[in-house]
Amino acid sequence: MNADITLTVDGRERSLTVDPRTTLLDALREHLGVTSPKKGCDHGQCGSCTVLLDGRRTLICLALAVAHDGAVVVTADGLGRGDELHPVAEAFLDADAYQCGYCTPGQICSAVGVLDEAADGWPSAVTPDLAADEVVLDRHEIAERMSGNLCRCGAYAHIVDAVSAVGNGAVR
Amino acid sequence: MKPFVHVRPDSAADAIDAVAADPDAVFLAGGTNLVDHLKLGVATPGTLVDLRGLTSTAVEDLPDGGLRIGAGVRNSDLAGDPRVRRDYPGLAMALLAGASGQLRNQATTGGNLLQRTRCAYFQDVTTPCNKRVPGQGCAARDGWTRYHAILGAAQDAAGLRHCVATHPSDMAVPMVAFDAVVQLAGPDGDRAVPLGEFHRLPGDDPSRDTVLRQGELVTAVDLPPLPVAARSTYRKVRDRASYAFALVSVAAAVAVEDGTITDARVAFGGVAHRPWRATRAEEVLRGAPATEDTYRAAADAELADATPLDTEVGGNAFKVPLLRGTLTTTLRRLAEERP
Repeated sequence: MNADITLTVDGRERSLTVDPRTTLLDALREHLGVTSPKKGCDHGQCGSCTVLLDGRRTLICLALAVAHDGAVVVTADGLGRGDELHPVAEAFLDADAYQCGYCTPGQICSAVGVLDEAADGWPSAVTPDLAADEVVLDRHEIAERMSGNLCRCGAYAHIVDAVSAVGNGAVR
Repeated sequence: MKPFVHVRPDSAADAIDAVAADPDAVFLAGGTNLVDHLKLGVATPGTLVDLRGLTSTAVEDLPDGGLRIGAGVRNSDLAGDPRVRRDYPGLAMALLAGASGQLRNQATTGGNLLQRTRCAYFQDVTTPCNKRVPGQGCAARDGWTRYHAILGAAQDAAGLRHCVATHPSDMAVPMVAFDAVVQLAGPDGDRAVPLGEFHRLPGDDPSRDTVLRQGELVTAVDLPPLPVAARSTYRKVRDRASYAFALVSVAAAVAVEDGTITDARVAFGGVAHRPWRATRAEEVLRGAPATEDTYRAAADAELADATPLDTEVGGNAFKVPLLRGTLTTTLRRLAEERP
């Protein structure tokens, strides 16, 4: 039984009809033509489908579209303002933080989530003091927090550079 | 993927009724494990009963000083909760050691308890599995057993084990060490089950992971007030530094006064069909001097009945010394920490 749902995708309200089996990833890519989130493993293991779903970085290959009727989705494509790139996307360009680029939209969305989570004081598995209110995003922290995004080209060192550059700036 | 119907009831009571009335219906929470199983053909429900908005997303103070964690609380929110970080740090560490930032944003407390084993053969419907299809056999027994059990898998008369799967949760390991209690709502009313009795050992029916009945819903997990938990930790050993399941893990809390261990809580992950409360190790530790000999004796007591697998493609006997070393190191570091 198909379902009618509405999503706000990169600032635009979109209505669509989906089979309940459709993931949010397929709904975006196949139904709405929003191809910024990529399908890598399709099993929640690679991170290339990462978007901000209702404000949080999320793997949408493991989200059913019918279960997210009314959701607000921001993909890497919708992060910037007009022609202006989001500072994280800019930092990826500056740091040469990709090779083939397939994982990049997911990496960028994940990095935006990392910066928000750090700003909220969330610790990670490598945070020395769990009780501390402030998070210092050093390279070790960034690598741990970004570990859910794989890069088969192995651009990790530059990805950490890019996130560090923004983390040391002032982006919220 | 097999077709299914997706329903979104107006209340938890309606959701419970929907699943209780239909053996082919299951609850959907964060979906991080279930949606994958729908794709793999491991789960083939006729109806998904969506819990979004129906279970509590709050971490509440209990009158006795403990915490009530709503079943809908996401793993990331629980790990970030200041009370968890201060009073139950081992739980925050376990949550942060699990999955990835994205998955922790999706996965819920109730769903984390009910996630299923990551046994490669369970997840591969072309191989025999007693957990997926009771009586079919077990491909893991003669297979790749790096992530499989060394404790609690009963053998039949022929020396064969029905199931050597492990429970994959990190979160549940400190919870079981801290005497957490699972709150359930069901068609016949509410009940509370100690987490240590919530997950089953495989016995001769590994298809059932827990004692849940059809239609019963996890509504919350209660943590009792536990001063010793303020000095707790979680140590996870895995094949990668991050984003991997445990080969072995240890949750521990110890209180030491004048060189004597006055209280100890210990549980293991990655080594049994359920999060493994190490009661024998705790007995050795309580009242004993905080020394290396005590930690080793505790590990030996708990691992005396370990039954690792020896297979042609690599057994898991390495997990016995690995767990022994992980436990002794964890206890030493905890005991040496200044309170």
